[in-house]
Amino acid sequence: MNNMTDRPLLLRLTGIAKSYAALRALDGVDLDVRAGEIHAVLGENGAGKSTLMKVIYGAVQPDAGRIEWEGAPVSIDAPTAARARGIAMVFQHFALFESSTVVENVALALPEREPLKKLAERITEVSARYGLPVNPNQYVHRLSVGERQRVEIVRCLLQAPRLLIMDEPTSVLTPQAVDQLFETLRRLAAEGTAIIYVSHKLEEIRRLCDRATIIRQGKVVGHTDPRRETEGRLAELMIGRTFPHTERRSKHEGDVALEVAGLDVPADGPFGTALKAISFRVHAGEVLGIAGISGNGQAELLAALLGTSRSQAQAVWLNGSPVGNLGAARRRAMGLAFVPEERLGVGAVPELSLVQNALLTAYQKGMVRRGLIQRGAAGAYAERCIREYDVRCAGPGAPAGSLSGGNLQKFIVGREIEQKPRVIVIGQPTWGVDVAATALIRQRIIDLAAGGVGVLVVSEDLGEILEICDRVAVLAGGRISPARDVHATNSEEIGRWMAGGFPEAPAVSSQAAA
Amino acid sequence: MGFELARRAEPSRLMKFLAPLQAIVLTLLVGLGIFAALGQDPWHAFWQFFIAPVSDAHGISELLLKASPLCLIGLGLAISYRANVWNIGAEGQMYMGGVFATGIAIHFQDSWGAATLPAMILAGSVGGMLWASLTAFCRAQLHASEILVSLMLTYVASLVIKYLVFGPWQDPHANNFPLTVNFEDNATFPLFASLGWDWLQGTRLNLSIVITLIAIPLAWFFAERTFPGFQLSVGGLAPAAARYAGYSDRKAVWAAMLIGGAAAGLAGVSEVAGPIGQLNDRWAPQYGFTAIIVATLARLHPLGVPLAALLMALLYLGGETVQIELQLPQAISFVFQGLLLMFLLGSEVLVRYRVRRTRPAEKVVKAVEAPA
Repeated sequence: MNNMTDRPLLLRLTGIAKSYAALRALDGVDLDVRAGEIHAVLGENGAGKSTLMKVIYGAVQPDAGRIEWEGAPVSIDAPTAARARGIAMVFQHFALFESSTVVENVALALPEREPLKKLAERITEVSARYGLPVNPNQYVHRLSVGERQRVEIVRCLLQAPRLLIMDEPTSVLTPQAVDQLFETLRRLAAEGTAIIYVSHKLEEIRRLCDRATIIRQGKVVGHTDPRRETEGRLAELMIGRTFPHTERRSKHEGDVALEVAGLDVPADGPFGTALKAISFRVHAGEVLGIAGISGNGQAELLAALLGTSRSQAQAVWLNGSPVGNLGAARRRAMGLAFVPEERLGVGAVPELSLVQNALLTAYQKGMVRRGLIQRGAAGAYAERCIREYDVRCAGPGAPAGSLSGGNLQKFIVGREIEQKPRVIVIGQPTWGVDVAATALIRQRIIDLAAGGVGVLVVSEDLGEILEICDRVAVLAGGRISPARDVHATNSEEIGRWMAGGFPEAPAVSSQAAA
Repeated sequence: MGFELARRAEPSRLMKFLAPLQAIVLTLLVGLGIFAALGQDPWHAFWQFFIAPVSDAHGISELLLKASPLCLIGLGLAISYRANVWNIGAEGQMYMGGVFATGIAIHFQDSWGAATLPAMILAGSVGGMLWASLTAFCRAQLHASEILVSLMLTYVASLVIKYLVFGPWQDPHANNFPLTVNFEDNATFPLFASLGWDWLQGTRLNLSIVITLIAIPLAWFFAERTFPGFQLSVGGLAPAAARYAGYSDRKAVWAAMLIGGAAAGLAGVSEVAGPIGQLNDRWAPQYGFTAIIVATLARLHPLGVPLAALLMALLYLGGETVQIELQLPQAISFVFQGLLLMFLLGSEVLVRYRVRRTRPAEKVVKAVEAPA
C-alpha cells in the first residue's frame, strides 16, 4: 500500500539542533509529516522528543535547522504563530483551571472572543462528532482525568488544526479510555489531519501509528513502519541495545508485614481525594501492587502509610504493631522504608551531596552517634548504593540535583533497600526513568520480595504492575478493590476497576481482632 | 541586541564566594560617590569612614566591642535562617537577656560575690530563650508567622525595659532618670586593660568577647557536624524532604528560635554587664536587626559571620567618625548598611543566573508544560 507518499507533505524539519548550556538536546533532527498520517515519535525518557515538539509548537527556537510548512520555509516564533498555521498540541500535563467550567477554559485558549453560549454549542457539536463526550457547563474539578484530556483535545479541535501533536497522552487513561482515544485519532486522520503521537509505549504505537521516527539522545536513529516491527525490535532501536527482561522468582509468603484496616482519611481541601475504608494486607515475601490513575487517592494513601499524615492507631499495622498514629521517624525505626513519588525536593535534596542524601533517611544505620554525624559511615553507605545500583554520577560528593532522573531514582531506591527494611512502600518506581534504570529497579524490587521483605508498589503504569507484582488491587475514587492474583486477572478487568467498577472489598478484620 | 539572564546548569561555586565581595566593592564605590555628592573629598571621607576608626588600639577595641554582639547574634540567626525560621526579633530577645541579667545583678550582686557574673550570663541566655519561646509557641503550635510575632515582641520587650527602669528597678538616687544602679565589679565583665593587657590601656574591650569566640566554633560544629544541625538545614532547603525523612517540623522551629534567643540573650548580657554597666531606656543599639544583615552577608555560614560582623561594626564606627569629623549626617551608617544588603541580594542572582547577550534569532518563550 503506497498511498503514504500520495498524501501531501505538511511539515518538514531538516537539521534541527538545540542546545541548553552544555547539553545537546537535539542534534540534526529530520522529520517529515504528511497529511492524514499518524506519525509516532518514539524515544525513551530524555531522548529529546519533548524539545522537538516545543520547536514545532513554537515554544522554543532551534539553534539551527529549517522548518518547512506546506513546502514553504517558515519560522515559528511563538505558540500563537503555530496555532495560526493550524498546529495544535495536547500537553501531557493539562493546563486547565479547576475552578472554572469547560466552556470558560476553552474560551481562554481561543484567539477571538466568542459568546459563551455559542461556544458551548460548538463544543457539544465537536465533541459528539469525534466521540469525546464532554459537558461544556461542567466544572473542571469534577471531571476525571480522562475527561479533562477530552477537554484539551476538544479545545484543539475547535481550531480545526491541520497538525495535532499528542504528547504522551495515555499515561493518564484507563485501557478503555485509550481505545476511545485511538478511535478519535483514527477518525481525525481519515479526515486529513496529520497527527504526531509522542510516546515511549511500544504496544500502543504498534496499534495506532502508520510511521515512526525513533529518536535517541537527540538524534534520529531510524524511520520505520511500527506495524511491521516487533516490540522487541522497536525497543532495541529506542535504546540501542537489547531490551533487558526481568526475572520472576517463585513466591514464598510469610506473615503479614503491612496491613491497612479500615483507613478513612478526609479530603484535604476541595481538590483532594478522601480515602474510604481502605483495607489490604501485604505479606512478607510478596509484592502487592496498587494500580490506578493518578489523582484517585494515591498521594493520600502514601502519606498515610509513611506517617506524614496520621490516622487512628488501628488503621495501619507494621509487623503486627499498630502504627497509624505514629510519625514517619517512628515507623522507619520499626523497619519501614519508603520511596516517594517525587525525587527532587522530597526523596532527595538537590543541593546536598549524595552522602548527605544517604544520611537523610538512613540515619539509623550507624551514621549518627550521640548526635554527631559519622561521616565515614555515611560516605561508605552512599558509595555502596552508588556501586550496587549502578548510579552514574560524579562521585558520592556530587549534588543530587546533578544526577539524571534515572540515576537519582536508582540511588533513592538503593538507599531505601540498603536499610534492610522489613516493609518497603514504593510510589511510582520508574516514572520518568530511562529503560536501563527501569529494568534494574524492577529487578531489585522482585529480588527484595524474594528475600522476605513485604513490598507495596503504587504505580500508574499498569504494565509495570503486571510485570513485577504478585497481587494487584486498584485504587479508584478513594476506594480500593479487592486484591487479585496477577495471573487471575488482565488489563481489561483492571481497566474496568480503574473506572470504579469493582465489588466492595470484603471487610478485613485487622490483626488485633485475630 | 541586549542582555539577558540565562539560568545556569548548576549554581556557580565561584559566585557563591564572590557575591559578598562584589557587594562590598559596589557599596564602597557608591559610597565614594555619596561622599562626593555631600561635598566632601571622597578619598578623605573614605579614609575617615573606613581606615581612621581602626587606626589605633582604642579604635580596634571599639570595633571588637561592636562586632562581638553582632557576631554572637549573627551566629544564632544564621542557624535559624538555615532552617527557614525567620527570627526578626533578636533585638527584643537581646533586651530580655539584658533584663534578666540586670535582675540578677541588682538583687544579688551584694550577696553572691564572684558567682554573680556567671549567674547573670546564665540568666541572660535564659531570658533570651524565654522571649524567643513565645514566638516559637506561636509558630509551632498556632502556625503564626514568626516574622511578625518576633518583630512585634521586640517593641514589647522595649516597653518592659521602660517599665522596669521607670518603676521597680529605678535607681533611687538617680533623680528620677530611667536607669538602674550601676553594676558592681563582680557583676561586670572585667576589662582586658585591667588584666594586664597594657596595649589595651584605656579601652573598653572586656572579657565578654570570650563568649563570642567560643560561640563561633560551636556554631560551626553544630551546623556542620551534628545531626540536629543537619536536620535544621534540610528543613530549610526542602521542607517536604524533611517531612519524608521523619524530621519534626515543630522541634525544628523550637530549636531554631531557642538557639537564636540564647545567642541574642548572651549578647544582651555582654552589653549591660559590659560597656554600659546598667540597664537604661536609651539602650537600643539595633544589633538584633543589623545581625540580620550580618547573617545574610555571611551567606548563613557560621565561619563567615565573624568577618561580616567586623565589616558591619566598621560601618557603625565609620558613621560615628564622619559624624564627628566631617559633620555628615548620622544616617550615613544605615545608608551603607542598606546599600550593602541590596547589593548582596543583587549579587545573589549571579549565583544561579548568567548574564549574556541575547542572540538575535533566539527568543525563548516560557514553555507551557513540564518536560517529558
